[in-house]
Parts: sequence; C-alpha cells; structure tokens
Amino acid sequence: MDLIVQGIIKAFELIISFDPEVIGITWLSLKISGTATFISLFIGVSIGTAVALNNFYGKRFVISLINTGMGLPPVVVGLFVTMMIWRSGPLGFLEILYTPYAMIIAQAIIATPIVMGISLAAIQNLPPNLRLQILSLGASRLQMVWVLIKEARLPLLAAVMAGFGGVISEIGASIMVGGNIKGYSRVLTTATVMETGKGNFDIAIALGIILLLVAFAINALLTQIQQRQHPR
Amino acid sequence: MKIFRNSKVIVTLMIAALLFAFGTSNVFAAKAAPKQKNIIMATTTSTQDSGLLDVLLPIFEKKTGYFVKTISVGSGQAMKMGERGEADVLLVHSPDAEKKFIADGYGVNRQLVMHNDFIILGPAADPAKIKGVKSSAEAMKMIAQAGSLFLSRGDNSGTNSQEKKLWKTAGINPEGQKWYQQTGLGMGQTLNVTSEKQGYTLADRGTYLAMKKTLSLNILVEGDAALLNIYHVIEVNVAKWPKVNVAGAKAFADFMVSKETQKIIKTFGVSKFGSPLFFPDAGKKVEDLGK
Amino acid sequence: MNPEAMMKIENLILRRGGVTVLDIPELHVQRERILAIIGPNGAGKSTLLLTMAGLLKPDHGKIYYQGNPVDSRASRSDMRRRISVVFQEPLLLNTSVYKNVALGLKFRHLTGSEIEKSVDESLEYFGITSLAKRSAKTLSGGEAKRVSLARAFALKPELIMMDEAFSSLDPPTREGLMEDLRHILQETKITAVMALHDREETLRLAQDVTVMAAGKIIQSGTTSQIFNQPDSEFVANFVGTETILEGMVESCTDGNMIVSVQGKEIEAIGDCSVGQKVYCCLRPENVTLSSKAQEQISARNIFEAKVSKIIRQGFFNKLVLDCGFPLVAYITITSCEDLGITQGVTVVASFKATSVHVIHREK
Repeated sequence: MDLIVQGIIKAFELIISFDPEVIGITWLSLKISGTATFISLFIGVSIGTAVALNNFYGKRFVISLINTGMGLPPVVVGLFVTMMIWRSGPLGFLEILYTPYAMIIAQAIIATPIVMGISLAAIQNLPPNLRLQILSLGASRLQMVWVLIKEARLPLLAAVMAGFGGVISEIGASIMVGGNIKGYSRVLTTATVMETGKGNFDIAIALGIILLLVAFAINALLTQIQQRQHPR
Repeated sequence: MKIFRNSKVIVTLMIAALLFAFGTSNVFAAKAAPKQKNIIMATTTSTQDSGLLDVLLPIFEKKTGYFVKTISVGSGQAMKMGERGEADVLLVHSPDAEKKFIADGYGVNRQLVMHNDFIILGPAADPAKIKGVKSSAEAMKMIAQAGSLFLSRGDNSGTNSQEKKLWKTAGINPEGQKWYQQTGLGMGQTLNVTSEKQGYTLADRGTYLAMKKTLSLNILVEGDAALLNIYHVIEVNVAKWPKVNVAGAKAFADFMVSKETQKIIKTFGVSKFGSPLFFPDAGKKVEDLGK
Repeated sequence: MNPEAMMKIENLILRRGGVTVLDIPELHVQRERILAIIGPNGAGKSTLLLTMAGLLKPDHGKIYYQGNPVDSRASRSDMRRRISVVFQEPLLLNTSVYKNVALGLKFRHLTGSEIEKSVDESLEYFGITSLAKRSAKTLSGGEAKRVSLARAFALKPELIMMDEAFSSLDPPTREGLMEDLRHILQETKITAVMALHDREETLRLAQDVTVMAAGKIIQSGTTSQIFNQPDSEFVANFVGTETILEGMVESCTDGNMIVSVQGKEIEAIGDCSVGQKVYCCLRPENVTLSSKAQEQISARNIFEAKVSKIIRQGFFNKLVLDCGFPLVAYITITSCEDLGITQGVTVVASFKATSVHVIHREK
C-alpha cells in the first residue's frame, strides 16, 4: 500500500514539476502516434471513401478484410514490420529498424484499417442520393468527394481519435521496431514497462497517469462528438 | 453503373500522405542523419536496468559523434541478433554461449569489460534454509529438495544460462517441476514477481541493488566463484554481415575498455547504493576474477 | 427532329442487375415549358429524371441536350452544369442555409460577391432570406424543401428537374410552395421537368405530361390532351377518375362564380376574374343521382344526364354520364337498381357549388 501511495505522490511531483524525462517521453509519444495517425488518416480515408463510393466485384470481401484489419494484433504488425526492415530484410537498405520512422510505419499500419473501416461506414451512412445531388449541383468528382468527406466529418473525427487512441496505448509493435531507445524511441508505453522492470514505480506510475489522461481526453472528445451527432 | 472513378484522387492523397510523413519525420532526422553514425548495441536487460548505460552512452556519443541504439534483451536474444547481423556490437554476460558465438565466426574481438556477481535471493523466512550456504550448487539442491518456489527468467539470458549451469552442477533437472516457474521476463520484472510470490531466484547484484528498495527479498547466498557474472563486449563479424557498422562497433568496444570508462564503472552506483554495482576488469583474465 | 427541344431522348435503355428499368423510345422536353412525368410508384419516374440529368449512365440510347449529343464524360459533366436537380428529400449539408444555397456556385469557382448576389436573390425568391444563418439541420420539412429549391435555382439553370417536389409536406405548406414555385417558373422562364404523382399538382403546374408505368412511357402530350383524351384505360384510370372540365369564368360576384363549360353553366365557389380559363374538377362521390320524378333538390347544379356507360366496381357502380359534358359519378349497386338505372336511361345529376374545385389554367 505504502509503495502505491508513495508512487502516486512522487508521480504527481514528476508531472507537476515538468520532469524533463517524463515530458520528453510524452512529447515523443504524441509526435510519433500523431504522425502515424495523420498518415493513416490520408490512406484510411481515401481508400475507405473509394471503397464506399465504388461498386466493384469483391467489394464485400474487401470490406470484411478491412473490418478484420481493425483488430490487427499490434505484435503481429511489429513482427511483420521488423522482418521487412531488418538489415537482411527486403527493405533493410532503408536502415530504419529501431528508429521513430519504424514506429511510425508500424503504428500507421495498425491505425490505418481502424480509420479506413470507420470512414467506410461513415461515407456509406450518408444518404444514398447525396452524392448524386452534389454532382448535379455541378461538382467535379474531386469536389464531390471533398464535400462528402466534410459532411461525414464528425464520424471521421471519431475515426481519427479511435486510431490515435489505439496506437498511443500500443506497446507490442512499438518496442519491437523502436527498441525503447532512451530519448529517441522511448515512448509512454515502452517506458512504463521498462521503469516497472527497473523498480522505478514512481516514474512508471507518472507515465501511466499521463497515458490515462491522454486516453481520457480522447474518449471525452469522442463522447462529445457522438453526443453532438445524435440528438436532432 | 459507374458514377465515380477516383483512382486519381487516391493516388494524389497517398502521395500527399507520404510527403507529409517524410516532411514531419525530419524532426527526427537531426539525430539520425548520417547512416553509419548509428550503432546498434544489443545488450542484456541487467546493464540497462541498472542505469549504467544511461551514464556511459552520453559520454561516448558526445566524444565520438556516434548514436547508439541500445536494444535491451536477454543475452541469448542479443547473440541471436548478432548472428543475423542485426546488431553491430554486443555487451553480454553468457560466457559459454559467447565462446560458441565466436567459434562459429559470428563475432570477433571479445573483450572482458567488467563483472559483478550473481546472488541467490529469497524471502526472509527462507523455507529451504539456504542462508549462509557456501556452495551455490548445494543451495540450489536444497531449494529443489524442499520444493520451495523458484522463479527462473526462462529467457535464455545470461542470468538464465548461469542458473541452468548451477542446476546442472547440482545434478537436478528442474524443468516441469511444480516448484519451478519461468517468468519469461527481464531481470527487474522477474525480481518483482519473485518478491510478490516470496520465492527464490538468481539475480545479478547490480539489478538487485538498484531495485532493493521496492523488493522484499534478502541475499541468502553470495561470494561463490561459480556466481561470477562476467560481461564481455563483442564486435559482430563484418566478414559475415557486410552491413555491420564495423568502425562504430570497434569504437564502442574500445570505449568500454578505455581507462576513463573503467573508472566510471568502478564508481557507478557508489553514491546511491553505498557499494559499486560493477567491477571494471579490462585487461584482466577471466581466471583471475573474484580473487 | 424538333429544333425547339431543350432535351431529346432516343431509344434509351437502362438496366439494373439485368432487369430493364427504363425503356424510353422517345421523349422531348420543350423549351420554357413544364413537363410533368406522372405515374404510379415504381414507374421509374425518379430513375428517368436522374438519367436525363446525366447522373445515371444509360446502357443504350442517346440523349441530346440542346441538339448536342451527351455521350462522353465531358459532355455529361458539361450538361450537369447547366441543369439543376431537386431530389425528393432535401439532402442539405450539415452547415448553414446560406452555405447550402451557395454550394453549387462554389463548385463553379465564382467570386464571393457573385455568389452572394445569386444566393441572396434565390433566398428572396423562395421567401427564406431570414433563414440564411440558420443551421440546415434545424429546419422544418417545408423550410428544408425551400432551401433545396433555392440551392437549385441559385445556379440559374437552363433546365431544372424536380422529383416529387411536394411530397411529405403538410397541405398548407404544400399549397404555399406550389403557388410560389408556379410564379417563379413563370417569371424565370426556366424549363422544368417534374416527377409528380398528384393530378392536381400536374394540372396546376404542367403544360406537358408524360405518363409512365413500369419503366415505359404510356402516353405523352399536352396536359389537356392527357386529361381529356386518354388513349388507354391505364391513363384514363390514372388521370380520369375525376371529372375535369375545361371552362371559362363567365361571371363572378361575392365569391360565387359561373363557369361556362361546353355551353353549360356550372356554379362554383371562389374569386376569379371574368374570362379566366379554368379547370373544374369534381369528385365522383360528390355527384348525386336521382330519378326524373324527384324535383326537390337543394344543389345549385342540376343537369339532365344520359347514362352512357356503367362500370361495376365492387359494391359501387361507376357511371359515365353525358350532360353535354362528361361527368363521372358513383352509385351503390342497390340504389342503382332502386332507381332503375341502365345504360341509355336519362337521370338527374346534381352537385353542390362547393363541390366544384376550380383550378386556374394557363393561357
């Protein structure tokens, strides 16, 4: 009990005093997961929208593939990315194993199907005649897609949040491809595990609290969005 | 009906995404720019968890301009990385496996860096009554006979292979026994588990000292020559893996055995724990250690 | 064929999932006229509108817009920029009314002031200037419909397509909107194609009518041709269950008017200028029949009528009468027997002045 209380007190001290190490890890986490989410936003929304708007053979199969991808286990992604980019791997020449780049790639792979699946559903849930209405108002295809994406902005924002929440709290892939290198690829989750291993429970708890706060902020925002969407 | 063909849109967006990715990633590039500046050092959890590397690496990086990527795993996995050429230099403590690693041609220039020692830890109650036993193998035998819970790393790390060696000397095969559990975790984590379950375990002194305040475990057996924990630095053989950063590996190895570094190792942890965590051994012979 | 045609369709076929949903050998949309496409639900009215608007690609056939074939992506998107489509549901974006109305103009990359001018004008036309800043999601059904129409008219289209413009609106809202739309179309001289399913709407708004069923055109013609000379039973049943008489107002005092219909005089209620051309509509159930002997009838309109046709419909007989003008009446089978009505017999048909529905007719 003592350990927990002391740990929590120390943790708050670390957070309130802006401990440079804790702040650095938090900032790096936000930067890596933010970039990964941003990439997944582009790929996920464009492919999700394309699948939603086009009719083609095997569309149902593609959709179920995307939905399966939403639950992609991070460690499997980590393993796959590691094998692709280690020195003897097909992309070894890039020399990006144990770098933030590798973490961004792995996290983007985890977040993309989440964003894709949600944006697919968001676009499909728009009234079916809406795109014809927009086209009939003289929109080019690009303009039409842009208006549809804007119209689905709230669920798309939810998609971004879900993707970001998924990757910032993910550890399996991050530690495999990032290596938990101090000040370089050490993020909230990997640092928490390591500090626990080292017995530095105060820092571990501080990092855990920050992770919780980030997750809470995301969920609060999501709830806000959903609440705003429903009552009409 | 085909209302809409937007492959062009997708391609445009994807290119935008990639441009963005590389654009922002420049934030990191400042540190990682020249290719061969990066050294991948595979090491054991014990060196990382003790905090020694956090002191040494900044000095090395400042001095040489190299950037060291520490991948902290068990000694076994560290050597596996070396075998695949995924690491440039190893800092490990698993002498028998190291010898095989060198013999198989994966590594060159194995140099003695430092040592500390293993200790057998257990609860204050000491149900197997091993406290003060001189021979570590004898102590292991007593734990087995008493059927007291023993927690093993079980991860082919240096500590784990040392532990296996002790069981072998004691003539016991603990695999599958009810009292023998494998955590599959690093040293620190395994100590946490052992403390929680009030079992016995084998640990390196450095990690134990660093974590002592949070553990309810006592040192029960220590000082046996068989318990020496010896760290070597090994450069991965560039002849086998041309991509290995041979210059960086050499620079790091040289740094580890240099006089200044050895001095830092000698005093590391004294102010915090009252005793050093590691004993510098550069230039000595393995046979002379612990005397 | 017809240089005056705004749009011309030839041998158009549209299939969906192997089923032919549209088969239109020929259809013309005349300039500055309003064409109503009418027919029962599922007749393919909406699909035809979307195809004409270049939003669905036909499997076969040609569409000519102002004489030019629409057969490529470029020509289709060019045509789309000259046509506005108003869907059955308002399909407003989740933003302000102003931005909704400005949407099509934005697509055309007009300047801010040009957009503002057109939007303001269009909002004014539909009497919704005060809604400009409101969020589209907070509008009532009638308001949303007006915004959707304003959005289409803001583009100053050469041709406007409207799918069930008045459906799902309550009667007063619908009445107001229909009247406004009629004025706007008259004033702007915009050619319009409207899918409708209500005879009254058709009579009030359209000059030309095309009757559709099961993806095919059953009859095309002017409104009066379709309503007065249906060339098939289907059309007759669809448009002709009511009596619709063309007439002209002879006199009008204190809300009582006399309309001359084929030499006979029909009394009706309402205000109207003398000389106005009108339709008099009469529901069959409002026509009372009696035998010749009875004289005490309170109704203002009493005509001797010859029974020209008796059609059995369940418990009712539908009678087609000739009073010098055609008149349709319903009578129960029992009454029919009591009155001894058979084909060729002369009876007295009467209906109240308040039962006559007068509709203004253009030109």
